[in-house]
Parts: sequence; C-alpha cells; structure tokens
Amino acid sequence: MIIPERLKAEVKNLNFYYNQIQAIKNINLPIAENRITALIGPSGCGKTTYLRCFNRMHDLYPNNRYEGEIILYPDRLNIISPKVDPIEVRMRISMVFQKPNPFPKTIYENVAYGLRVRGENRRSFLDEKVEKALRQAALWDEVKDRLFDHAFNLSGGQQQRLCIARALATDPEILLFDEPTSALDPTATSKIEELIMQLKKDVTIIIVTHNMQQAARVSDYTAFMYLGEIIEFDKTEKIFTRPSKKLTEDYITGRFG
Amino acid sequence: MGFERNPFEEIRKRIAQNKLRDHLFWILGFFSTLIGFVVLFTLIIDLFIDGFPRLSWSFFISYPSRFPEKAGILSAWVGTTLVMVVTAVTAIPLGIAAGIYLEEYGKKNWLTHLIEINMNNLAGVPSIIYGLLALGLFVYFFKFGESILTGGLTLGLLILPMVVTSTRESIKSIPNSIREASYALGATKWQTVKDHILPYSMGGILTGVIIGLSRAIGETAPIITVGALTFIAFLPSPPLSPTFPFISFQWLFDPFTVMPIQMFNWVSRPQKEFHLNAAAAGIILLVMTLVMNGLAIYLRYRFRKRIKW
Amino acid sequence: MKRPLFIIFKERAIEGALLLCALSSIFITLSIVFILFYESFGFFKDIPLWEFLTGTQWTPLFAQPKFGILPLVCGTLLVTGIAVLVALPIGLIVAVYLSEYAPHKIREMAKPILELLAAIPTVVYGYFALLFLTPILQKFIPDLSGFNALSPGIIIGIMIIPYVSSASEDSMRAVPMQIREGSYAMGATKFQTAFRVIIPSAFSGIAASFIIGISRAIGETMVVAIAAGMMPSLTLNPLKPVQTLTAYIVGVSLGDLPHGTLEYKTIFAAGITLFLMTLFLNILGFWFKRKIREAY
Repeated sequence: MIIPERLKAEVKNLNFYYNQIQAIKNINLPIAENRITALIGPSGCGKTTYLRCFNRMHDLYPNNRYEGEIILYPDRLNIISPKVDPIEVRMRISMVFQKPNPFPKTIYENVAYGLRVRGENRRSFLDEKVEKALRQAALWDEVKDRLFDHAFNLSGGQQQRLCIARALATDPEILLFDEPTSALDPTATSKIEELIMQLKKDVTIIIVTHNMQQAARVSDYTAFMYLGEIIEFDKTEKIFTRPSKKLTEDYITGRFG
Repeated sequence: MGFERNPFEEIRKRIAQNKLRDHLFWILGFFSTLIGFVVLFTLIIDLFIDGFPRLSWSFFISYPSRFPEKAGILSAWVGTTLVMVVTAVTAIPLGIAAGIYLEEYGKKNWLTHLIEINMNNLAGVPSIIYGLLALGLFVYFFKFGESILTGGLTLGLLILPMVVTSTRESIKSIPNSIREASYALGATKWQTVKDHILPYSMGGILTGVIIGLSRAIGETAPIITVGALTFIAFLPSPPLSPTFPFISFQWLFDPFTVMPIQMFNWVSRPQKEFHLNAAAAGIILLVMTLVMNGLAIYLRYRFRKRIKW
Repeated sequence: MKRPLFIIFKERAIEGALLLCALSSIFITLSIVFILFYESFGFFKDIPLWEFLTGTQWTPLFAQPKFGILPLVCGTLLVTGIAVLVALPIGLIVAVYLSEYAPHKIREMAKPILELLAAIPTVVYGYFALLFLTPILQKFIPDLSGFNALSPGIIIGIMIIPYVSSASEDSMRAVPMQIREGSYAMGATKFQTAFRVIIPSAFSGIAASFIIGISRAIGETMVVAIAAGMMPSLTLNPLKPVQTLTAYIVGVSLGDLPHGTLEYKTIFAAGITLFLMTLFLNILGFWFKRKIREAY
C-alpha cells in the first residue's frame, strides 16, 4: 500500500454494521491532503456507505454501528468516536449528494445556509462568503444578477454546482462527493469534473463514482472496493494501467460490474 | 484553509448553543403534545365526577322534568337514534355514489372540477349554516316541518363531504392493475365497481361513515335551528302500527329532541342539580363518541394491515 | 360481438344516477347561497345596509330595535382571536415535534389522541368551558365574569389544535428526506433544520392548516352559546360576556320563530355575514393548497 505525501485523514480498521449485517470490512486507507481520492466498485459494494461514515450520516438512522477509527489531521481527532459530536464533524466535512438537493430557498440563502447555522448573520460577511463560494463553484457569472431567484429555477447542472457552492461556503477541510454527476447530462458532467479538479487546491476531496472513466479522468488516487472491502489502493494511473490484483483488472476491463 | 482554524473553541461553543436550543425545543414539543392528552383526561374525569352518580336505569327511561332528580334522557336518546337513522340513510348512499362517480367515472372536465370545489368548500361551512339552509328549505319550503326528517336530512347533508372524502380516499388506494385485470376479462365499468372497487374499499368507507355519524351525534347547532325542542316529554310515534301496512312513517314528521340539545338545555339552567344531569348526558355522549371513533381507528388499522397492495 | 343494447343502456343509466348524486354538492351550495340571499334580501329591504354594517348595537328584539352587526362580528373575532392565539403556536409546535423529533411510538399514540380531541361533541366542550375552566380562571382573574370570551376562546383553541397540527404535520412529512439530509450534512441541528428548512418548504400546507383552524373557530357555535353569554357588546375585553354571530342564531332559534318575521330574517342576516367570512377564508385556503402542488 502506498502512503501519499501528506495525509489529511487516515482510516484505520474501519468496520460498519447495518442492523448486525457487516457492510464495511476492515478498511485501512490514507486520504491525501489536497488531492482527489476516488472510490470505485460495482453497485452495492459499500462505497456510499463508506463515504457516509466520514460525515456521520449514519447517525441519523437507528441500528448502525461503527468500529475502528477515522483520524483527521492535524489534530488527530477520531471522527467516528462516539465521544465526538457528529455536528462538529459535519461542520468540518461537507457533502455533495447524488441527486442535487438545493433547499427551496433563494440561491443566496442556499449558499448562506451553512454560515447561518454557525450563527453568522452579518450581511457583509455573508455577501463576501457567498460570492467566493459561487466563484469557486464556477457558478458566479451565471447567477450574479439573480442571487435572489428561487434555486429551483436553475437547471440540473446548475443546481448541483449550487450544492457544491453551498458545501464550500463554510471552508470545509474535506469535501465528499457521492456520485455527483450520475443524475446529470454529459455537458453538465464535464463542467463539474473540471470544477472538482480545480477545487483540490483548496480542499481535500473524496469522490465515490461508479463511472470508472470519471475516476480515471479526475482523481489522483483510486481505491477499488468490492463487497465491503478495499481490494486495491494506489495512484490512479497505476490502478488503471497496471493493476496488481486480478479482481481490479476484471472490473476495470468490464468483465463484471 | 479551515473555517475558524484556531478556535475550535468557537465552533464548539456555537454547536453547544445550537444543541441547547434543540433540546429545549424537544421538551417544549413533548409537553405541547401532552396538552392534548391532559385536556382529554381532565375532561373525562370532570364529567365522571359530576355525572356518574346520576347515571341510573331511571335516568335512561325518564322524560325531562322540572325536577332535576326526576329528569331523564328518554326522549333525547330515542330522538338521537331516530335522527341518526335518517342521517345514515341520507348520507351513506348519496356519499358513496358521489365518491364512486368522482373517482371512477368523472373525466377531468370543468364539471368534475366544479363538483370537487363545491365538496371541499362545503366541508368548511359552519354547521349552523346547514341549520339555516334546512330551516328555509326543509322546514318551510318542502314543508317537512320541525321534524325528525328535517333533522336527519340536515345532518345527512352536513356529513356528506366526510363520507365522500373517505370513499374517494379508499377507492384511490386501489391499484390500477386490479381495474385493468377486471376490464381485461370483459367486465363493464359498473361490474368492475360492483365486484371489485366497492368491496375492496368498504373498510375505508366504513371508517369514514362511522366518523361522520359520530360527528352527527354530537351536533347541536343545526338541530336547534331547525326547531328541535329543548323540552319534550313525549316520544315520537312508533314505527310499527297495528294496522296495515304495519309500518308507519309518522315518526318522521314528529317533533323531537336529541341528546346534545338535552345536555345544552340542562347546562343552561342555573341550578347546580341540572348541571349534574348535564354531566351525565355528557358522559353518555362522550362514551358514544370515543367508542365510535375508537372503532373507526381500529378498523382503519385492521384494514390497512389486511390488504397490502 | 357488440354489447347488447340494454347493457349499454343500463351502464349509462347507472352513470347518470351516480352523476346526480355527485351533483348534489353543487345543489347544496346553490341552495345555501340562495336561501341566505333570499332571506337576507327580505331583511335588507327593511333595514338599510349602512346601519347594518356600521351600527354599534345589536338589539333586534327590543321595543326600539337596533340592527348594527358589529357587536356580533366583534364577539366572533374576539373569541376566534383568543382561540387562534392558543391553537396556532401550539399546533405548529406539536406538528414540528411529531414530524421531526418524536419516536415512532409517541407518534402512534399522539395521533389517535389528537383525533379524539377533535371528535368530542362541542356541547361537552361548552360544559367544560362554563363549569370547569371559568371557575378556575376566576381564581386567578377575579374580574372575570361568569360569561366571558376568554374561557370559550381557550377551549375552542384547544379544540382546533388537532386540525392545525395534523395538516401541518402532513405537509412537513411530505418534504423529501434529501432536503433534510442536505441540511444535516451542513451541521445543522433538528431545530435549525425544522425551522429554517422544513417549515419554509411546507409553508403553503401550514398556512392552509392555519386557515382551516381559523375557519373552524369562526363557525363554532355551542361552546360560545354556553360559555360566552348571550349579550352582544362591542368590546375587546375578553373578561366580559360577548355574543358571537353563531350564538345569536342559536339563541333566537331557541325561542319562537314565526316564519317571515323580521326576527326570523335577522338570523339569516347574521348567517350570511358568517357565511361570507368563512367563504373568504376557504377561498384563501384553497389558494394556498393550490400553491402546494406547484412547489414540487
């Protein structure tokens, strides 16, 4: 297993149980700082489950259990420890969901929401942060004249970029993407892929995708997951050209999945 | 890079504040919900303390009287029963038929839309307006007089929207695949309705009917308006007669009173003893209401469990 | 094989019969409107509309009768206002609690209880208001007269909590889970999510539920007839007796009411006022319900 240059997070012996059924088996994985780590694998292999451990989404539903550690650097906090408040974790780690889910509010209020939740109500501060986030999400030019339009009036691709802006407004340390383009058309998809690659200089990114080519295009490191376990983890280029495991190779060449 | 890099403290304080509000609201919400339970409980206890001693066999078979100890609710509960018969006969067939039409036969045209708007609007009309309608229409125009027939018709119209709504809801929950299967076998629309739609939706319809009737039993205002008397010491004519045709409909046209009116009458008197009578009548009304609604809730639960579409 | 003629005829006849039943709703509405207007027309032939709308005394049964509707309208609005102050906040809080916070068991228990609360006959509530609540309130507010607007107002408020909470809760539950997840993922608490995201999303439904509640309170008759008194007065003081439009109609109906007298017509005048008030609210509510369908 290759250890990347600087770590933002480290997953150690992660196991996860839904209702006594084990969905994640003993994962050990480094997450490189300011890099894009992709997670690929066939449907049902546990990638989304794994991703949702990072921001404690599983806490919202009953009968879930985490085991192991996810250590966040630099303060070495184990974010899945029951002693750690999930709300604090979610304030440091943001998520963009599969289907764009903007709030039924104005564009401005969507982006400002994360800040308001933190008690930030100063208009000038919010204006500044909203603009910065929208620029980072490559949406500013398209919406700057209609910030108080309803978010639902945007196209699918724009709504997803809005959700990205919303997630960025709070300066998260890690940004999680759960199949962010699977509900979008090809043009919107490539815009978002470009965007993600731009973002890595500001934020550490973990992206789950079941579009292999997307992982190949976009990420620096890739992990291949199958039936809840990590089969192989390496630099993206190596996974897609000279995978070490046969299973990885079979998946990549389309023999199953 | 991070938000408030140095002060994780600041974030933690803010989170603590947010969580405090969250917990406080949980408490507020829980106790607010409890208010309903507390009120129900207090009401029942209060009625029982005052009224229970007055409940006796003689209470049920005596007429109202100037003397509170001698007064009873005979005329009232007989009146209620007879009025309910008329109400049921009015509302049930009319309501089910209207519901079937709207769900199975109605096309999406202006007429259907108009019917629906009216139905929804009527559900929100205060009950006393129905009383005024009945006064003008049934008492004076149709000349039914201040009678059981009028009372029953009034309440029937009042609960009509409820029956229609519950019929429609039940019918809506039947999946289209059942209809298609029936038509595919060559059945006509009416056959499909008669053999499939109606039987499968009966549970839900029944629930709505029970709830509607329980509401009608407790209705006072429209009945007062159509002229039910508050002090009658006689019963309506019996439905059976000794001569041919052995069934008499005279009772439909007789004056009458109903239980809620009797309770109202007693509550309005200044003497405390009459208040006890009112409490007793209240217990009976409450028990009837709770039983009927409980039955409806239970039926609804059973119905949902039995037919899993 | 063509269907036999008599079957086609039978099907059509049945459809016609069902249609007639459905049309009954239109017939009922038309009848209500007709009767109210017809009888009120008779009333307004004798009493000028101006006096009706602006007169401050309602004493139609006196030797020198006065026909200003304002005291009755005021009584209705006063009682309704108190009821609304009780029911809307509590109803909304209960709805939020049941929709976002309460564990399944509590929800299952609370819903039937709230339904039962709504099903209790209004005479029983009236009894409760007059003989239980008023005496208790009098201990805290010595100025409270035996018949007053406060006690029935509170009781009516409690009576309509289930209407408000049930409809609001349904609207809130209809907000998709993804929106909630989007909010929680930003580190929001349930409280923040409920008030900043869910309630605004469900606003139309909540507004519609408020309107149903208000409409119900305006049309309430027996609680006020029993506990608010039968003295119309133009006052905003909840500690004094008032008479509402509804209580007036009932009060007059209790006595002798010969057809065609001016007295008889007054109840229709009060009735049409009531009808127009609730009609307005119902239209407003309908408009809000339409907006719900547009939202998603």
